[in-house]
Formats: sequence, structure tokens, C-alpha cells
Amino acid sequence: MATEILMPALSPTMEEGTLAKWLKKEGDEVKSGDIIAEIETDKATMEFEAVDEGIMGKILVAEGTQGVAVNTPIAVLVEEGESADDVQAEKVPAQVAAPSTKEGPDDKGQPGESAVEQVKTPEPDRSPDYPEGTKMKTMTVREALREAMAEEMERDPTVFLMGEEVGEYQGAYKISQGLLDKFGPRRVVDTPISEIGFAGIGTGAALAGLRPIVEFMTFNFAMQAIDHIINSAAKTLYMSGGQMGCPIVFRGPNGAAARVGAQHSQDYSAWYAAIPGLKVVIPYSAADAKGLLKQAIRDPNPVIFLENEILYGRSFEVPDLPDFTVPFGKARIARQGGDVTIVSFGIGMAHALEAADKLAAEGIEAEVIDLRTLRPLDYGTIIESVKKTNRLVTVEEGFPVGAIGNHISAYVMENAFDYLDAPVINCTGKDVPMPYAANLEKHALITPAEVVEAVKKVTYK
Amino acid sequence: MARKPNPQRETPSNVSKEELLQYYRDMLLIRRFEEKAGQLYGMGLIGGFCHLYIGQEAVVVGLEACAKDGDKRITSYRDHGHMLACGMEARGVMAELTGREGGYSKGKGGSMHMFSREKHFYGGHGIVAAQVPLGAGLAFADKYLGNDNVTFTYFGDGAANQGQVYETYNMAELWDLPIVFVIENNQYAMGTSVKRSTKSTSLFGRGEAFGIPGEQVDGMDVLAVKAAGEKAVAHCRAGKGPYILEVMTYRYRGHSMSDPAKYRTREEVQKMRDERDPIENIRDLLVTGSHATEDELKAIDREIKEIVNDSAEFAKESPEPALDELWTDIYAAELPQGSAEENA
Repeated sequence: MATEILMPALSPTMEEGTLAKWLKKEGDEVKSGDIIAEIETDKATMEFEAVDEGIMGKILVAEGTQGVAVNTPIAVLVEEGESADDVQAEKVPAQVAAPSTKEGPDDKGQPGESAVEQVKTPEPDRSPDYPEGTKMKTMTVREALREAMAEEMERDPTVFLMGEEVGEYQGAYKISQGLLDKFGPRRVVDTPISEIGFAGIGTGAALAGLRPIVEFMTFNFAMQAIDHIINSAAKTLYMSGGQMGCPIVFRGPNGAAARVGAQHSQDYSAWYAAIPGLKVVIPYSAADAKGLLKQAIRDPNPVIFLENEILYGRSFEVPDLPDFTVPFGKARIARQGGDVTIVSFGIGMAHALEAADKLAAEGIEAEVIDLRTLRPLDYGTIIESVKKTNRLVTVEEGFPVGAIGNHISAYVMENAFDYLDAPVINCTGKDVPMPYAANLEKHALITPAEVVEAVKKVTYK
Repeated sequence: MARKPNPQRETPSNVSKEELLQYYRDMLLIRRFEEKAGQLYGMGLIGGFCHLYIGQEAVVVGLEACAKDGDKRITSYRDHGHMLACGMEARGVMAELTGREGGYSKGKGGSMHMFSREKHFYGGHGIVAAQVPLGAGLAFADKYLGNDNVTFTYFGDGAANQGQVYETYNMAELWDLPIVFVIENNQYAMGTSVKRSTKSTSLFGRGEAFGIPGEQVDGMDVLAVKAAGEKAVAHCRAGKGPYILEVMTYRYRGHSMSDPAKYRTREEVQKMRDERDPIENIRDLLVTGSHATEDELKAIDREIKEIVNDSAEFAKESPEPALDELWTDIYAAELPQGSAEENA
């Protein structure tokens, strides 16, 4: 049977091209793989190979013709004994058209997911994290993280820890102290200094069903490994149509420590929070550090767990429960108040709470919300508080452009605009690489005084 | 086209007729599938990038002949051949190429991103060399769980110049991971020949620095690939750590469909096709060794053509994914089946 040869698409963007030259004449024998024509695309001149065998029955588009649309019949291939004229008479079966990619918004789309449709903010979950009257114990964030890992490693044999100096050195920041003795080198794996390598190995092990905890000595070094975090860990479930889960935790200190300069002092919260497929956790208190890390290790998805070196040594009350976890997407109201809402997370909470104390002394009652997880984000708790206080200040250590506070401002503007009595203010780190000099570093970071000033501005005090 | 028969070639005594026919069949399926994919691309039914495996068929077919159930495989974006060779359905692969619901990733992955947990095929990766540490992670999991599975990690001569390959070599040998690193050296990293990208052109030899044994293999000869693969796999299964195979091969088509291929001559490609074609090679063995008649081979050709045509029809008729699919598979509610948790 005769076959039409169609103008081929020869690049992802080609819609038309020039039929530069025919290399086969009418009557020539054509075999699969023979070059039959040269076609110019916008990028290059390409050789066009025959797929089917036959005889060049008729050339329908002359060489030199410009602007030939993709899928236009350009020639007819016939079998021996067939005439191209016969073929012209009987219509060659029509090709199945390519699916249109230029569809507009479709009414089958999920409600609330289009750019313009109003998203319904979920009701906040205000249940307590642990029952009233629970016995508490005082511990540092460092101890809480260590206890969380130890408990989960005991609970699940597929959980293991890998990273630089996590084993014999007992952890660069002593988070993993004692774990090698307890669990042995099979489950506490010292790696060479190879961030992209071990981030990839950890991700591969997770794709195979283990539950790795990958410790980065700091998240600054994770930039060497960010391809695996984003492209390999976060996207594979989607790209595999749901087949390949990646239960992995990437954890380590994030943000500024003290006097370590620009390359060791960046807050990556907003970077990772931008990526669908990741969950992003950033605890402030020791209780949250423990409950959220246990939850992260059990989560079937890749979790970025952002710690803070300055907080490691701080002590908090932690519920003394055999299996304490904190769910993701549930903010904590750290302090109640009716005059202004301060939203923060991680070490930003230290500044927010200090500012709230100072403000209270001046008669301004701030409600301080600790987000705890940035993805999922507890929009409900923010909106509910803003509806009560009508004023919002966000506090974070990261850079001001593309900050978490920017996103929250936009969300509040879209969803609670009528409740706002003042523009939202985002308190962030300064828009500079972190300086080394003590006085400059202090000015580059967010301070409680700046938070106080912002609150006074939105409360017109 | 008439080929010069190679008088020195004889059927090795340890290879059965059935095996030869199987290799012929498997390689031909890949060849015909890829030709069809090229055709559907030209018709606009396949979009984006599409990297064809034509010419390299003996590599994956020879190595799959060494695999046992439970072994894993992972590769780059030139992945259609690997999927067909490990037993994934032509229909599901082709329908993924056309971005349809019936594709292995429900149309959400495309040519470069397909997976099968059932067949232990871990992708399909679009970032050059990213699959190398991922493959070592798969092998890490098997070692952790204490089984004797091996992971085949395929990458190209281009990927061999990425730093993460060497971080992985170092850790794979340090931890004795059961992984076969398969360098598919098709001599061109997109448009840059090996000679133009490195002075250390013995790519397998780079493993020596880490203590990893390796060898170069004729990748146009499926039997040579299989023989080398068996040696490599035995090394890994015995707990001796990784092994490197640099398989010398050649892609007949461009890097992707939009490659004008001006970096090499038409004659160079034609010479490879005429003299070294892996499928013609095995066909010769079958015919000269009287293992199969021309009629028998033609019957196989017809059968393959039917499978491929059927896959193309399926890929055209399968509907586009429902719009709801945009919002699914971003987060898992629980761990997909077949996870290590069940085996630990």
C-alpha cells in the first residue's frame, strides 16, 4: 500500500521548514534509512531519512519550497507495480493529529487551583501537640535531635544515617554523638567529603525503599548536592507516575552561625520551600525539633530539615512521651495577642519572641506564630490570626527577595485583604552577602529591635 | 545492503540456538521500536527531546542476558532500549513517548523519565551522570539488606567527565557496593568526540585510581558484551565490589531528534552500519551456523513489526492524561509497594 511521506518535525519547537533539497527522484528505490531529503529548520539543515521502503512515486512539494508546515504530505511512496496517480485518487489514511498543546483553561481543572480562582484556606488545626499534664523534661535542641534519630533507628531497621563525620568523629556538631556505638557502622555511615555523591547515593537508597537520613555538615555545602535534592529526590515520584517514592531526610544546620563569613551563613528556607515534591521543616524549640524529626523520618517523601547551629545548645521543655511526633502543616501559636500577628520560623522565632516581650512592656500584645513547616504551610492559622489582629509582620533571617514573608504577604493580600489595617511588613536579613566583621554581621542579620520597629509601624504607634 | 561475511566468526560453543534467537529478537525489537519512535516524532506525535538507541542495541541486550530476578538497572535519558530489554511493555513505553495516559508514567515523565518498580528499572534520568550515584544508592540498599542483587548503572562517554562519577567510584569501592558501571562509549557526547573532551581516552582505566577493575568490550557484538557482563556480575555477586565495563558502541542517529550531526561524516556512520551492525552480526551467525533459516528470521521480523505497530497504535489511541493528573503524585501518602521495609 502506498504511504504518504509527511513533512517531519525535526526539533521540539519546529512548526514549519524549508524543503531544501530532494535526494531521491521520482521512480527511485527507497530503503529504510536512506536519506531522501534535506530540510532546513530554524536551527540547522537536517537530513531526512526514510522509515518505510518503496519507490518514490510522486514528489508533492518541490525542493526550495519555504514555509512547509509540519505534517504536510511532501511525497508519496509506492510499492512496485503501483502508480502514484492511482494513489492520488484513493486517499491515503489520514495521520492521527498530534494532541493540541494550546488549550486554554479547561473546566475540568480542579477548582481553586487556577491562578485567578480563590483558594479556600483550610481550617487551622488547634489541637494540642500533647495532652495537658504531660510530664516534661528539659533538653537542648541537640539532644532532642539525637533522641529523635535514635528512637526512629530503633523503631525501623531501614533507617540509617550517613554524612561527613557522623560516626567516629561523633558529629561535627555532636548531633549524632553515641549513635555509632549504639547502631554500628552499617547504620551510621561516615562518608568522604563528596556532597553530590552521597546525596545521590542516599537518594538512590531511598528509591530502593530504605529510609536514609543524610546529614549535611551545613546546608551551605548542600549546594554541591542540590541537583539530587531537587531533580532526583523531589521530582521522581511525579515523573514516575507515582511509582517511585523517595523517603529521605536531608538535615543539617542552616543559616548564619557567627563570624563564619558569606559562604557559611546562608538561609535556604525560601529556596527549598519553592519546590513541589519537597517537604520543608524548620523547628525552633527542642520539642518541635524532636517531634518533627521523628515525623520527617517516617514521611514517605523527601524532607528538608533545616536546623540552626545557634539553637543547638538552647534548652527547652520537651514532653516526656515514648513516641512524640508533631504533624506537618500545623503551626504553633507561641504567644497569644490581639494587636498584631508576627509570623516566623526557626531562629527568627527567637527574635520574634524577644520583640513580643519588649512590645508587651509597651502595651502592645503580639500574637507570635511559629510556622514549624514551610511546606506544607499552615495558611489557616495565619489567616485566622490576621482576621483577629488586622496587622501582620513576618520575621526571617533569609534574603529579602523571594522570601517566605513575600509569599505570605501575597497570600494574605489575596485571601484577607479586607481585614488588613496596614501594609504587611517583611523583616528579613539584609540584601548583602554575610560580612565577617562583627559590627557588620550584626547589622546584616535581623534583630528584635527591627521587629519592634516594624510592629510599631503597622500599629501606627 | 550486501555485507561482507566475517569468515573468522563462529558460534561460540557455550551459546545455544535459543539464546542467539532471543538476542536477535530483543535487539530487533529495540531497533524497530526506535525507528517507529523517530517516525512518530516526525509526525509531531512525540514532543520535546527524543534520544534514539539505534546502533547500541547489543550493549543492553548482552548485559540483560547476565541479569537475574531482583537485579536493578538505571540509565540516562537514552533509555528506550533499556526498558524494552528488561521486559517493560512496548505499548507502555511508546504511550509515554506520546504523553498519554497509558504510558509508564501516565504521560507525566516523557521519553527521558520512565520507571518500572516491577521490572526494577529505576529510570530514565535527564541530568547527565546523575544516575551514577543514584545507581550506587540502589546497590547500597541491596548490600544493606544483605541480598546478592547487582545494579547495572549505565552512562555515556560524556557523563564519564562529570565529577560525581568519581565521587561515586570512590564510595562504591570503599563500601564494596555490588554495582556494574557500564560506560556506553558511543564516541560522541552530543557533538563532542571523546578525543576532543579528554586526553585519558581509556575511560574504564579511570577506575584504577580507585581500585576498581574494568575492561573494554566490543559493544557491537552481543556475545562479547554478555561474556564480559558475566565476569563483571560474578565479581559483584561475590561481594568484591564494583566493576567497570567500557562498552565500545556507536549510535547511528543524532544525539536527539534535532541533531544535524555535522560533527561526523556520513561515511563514518555508513561504515559502521555496513561492517559492524550488531543485529546483522547475529543474523549472520544464525544463518551461517544453520541455527535458523531465512524464513524463520523473517517470521521473527514480522512478529516484531506487529509488536511495534501495535505499540504505536496504542500510543496514538491512548487518551491524554486527565487534567486531574496534574495534581497527583507530587507527594506520596504511603511508601509504594515493593519497598525495602517489607524485606528488612
